[in-house]
Amino acid sequence: MNEMLLIAAMAAVTFIPRLLPFALASRLRLPKPMQQALSYVPIAILSVIIVQSIFYRNGALALHMTNPFLWSSLVAFITALIQKRLFVTISVGLLSYCMIKFWLLS
Amino acid sequence: MPATSPQSIFISGVKDIFPLVVAAMPFGLVFGAMGQAQGLADWVILSISIFVFAGASQFIAITMLATGAALPVIVLTVFIVNLRHMLYSVSLIPIVQGLTQKWRWPMAFALTDETFAVVYNKMSLSGAGAHQNLPIYYLGSAVFMYLNWILCTWIGILLGSQLPSLTSFGLDIAMVVTFIGIVVPNLKLPSHWICAITAAVSGLLTYQWPHQTGLLVSSLLAIVVGVMAENRLMKKSTLEGDSHE
Repeated sequence: MNEMLLIAAMAAVTFIPRLLPFALASRLRLPKPMQQALSYVPIAILSVIIVQSIFYRNGALALHMTNPFLWSSLVAFITALIQKRLFVTISVGLLSYCMIKFWLLS
Repeated sequence: MPATSPQSIFISGVKDIFPLVVAAMPFGLVFGAMGQAQGLADWVILSISIFVFAGASQFIAITMLATGAALPVIVLTVFIVNLRHMLYSVSLIPIVQGLTQKWRWPMAFALTDETFAVVYNKMSLSGAGAHQNLPIYYLGSAVFMYLNWILCTWIGILLGSQLPSLTSFGLDIAMVVTFIGIVVPNLKLPSHWICAITAAVSGLLTYQWPHQTGLLVSSLLAIVVGVMAENRLMKKSTLEGDSHE
């Protein structure tokens, strides 16, 4: 019973913030400064997730040259600067990861 | 122009989120196994994945549960960890504007980092006004992500302690390079770069903050710094423009 309450409460506090903007979308007229701020949302949040995933491996800081995430992310970054196709960035990034991991381990 | 059927749009959503689905697999498996190791009933673990569907916060919740945290504390933490979804939801408003509530509710329920990333990318590629295909694309990626998450949780429960240490394989590299491929083409203004650099530095410094509060605070900080930088630089360039006249 207690578990059901916990799951229901967790579901509610997760769902409501996701829903409110969608549900009110037609009535909502976003002011200009708000729209401007929103254009920074993906850059800001995804950048935090990216660096935290690269530099913290299994919960510990991995700020060293043998971290394969560091090098393959750099390759992906440069690839994305040169051209814009997502598929190419992903492929090159993953390929470099396999190669680097193989090198660093052997 | 080729006619694009709803099916093919749905499939392209599935395809585009594929690397992110692969990256999420080990976490789903580990979530199932971890719940078992902490003595939670199978139905509880699976229900969390089915009804909450929010990766990181699920881990935090069952870890807190195991340490005997009180229910309101756990719920409040989950709320804070998932607050960033509200920013996603506001950003994607243009997509749902023409839809009935019947569609908006399931779409909101399945809004994750991954679905936001691919749908936002698609939205910025298709340009203003070309949003009519995006709801189906959204559903394709969200449904695939959701089913995979439930399936992986379930397999994790079945395997339990037999599960090898999957997170050390580094499958989440697929998520990292995908997010890089989405963020970098969006760095168009100097202020975008300033925002990304702020996010990166702050994200590194705040990682150890409890319950992923560092993610939320760093993101908000980077947004504010980005907006301030844009306004500053714009003002400066208009002033310079005036003086040259």
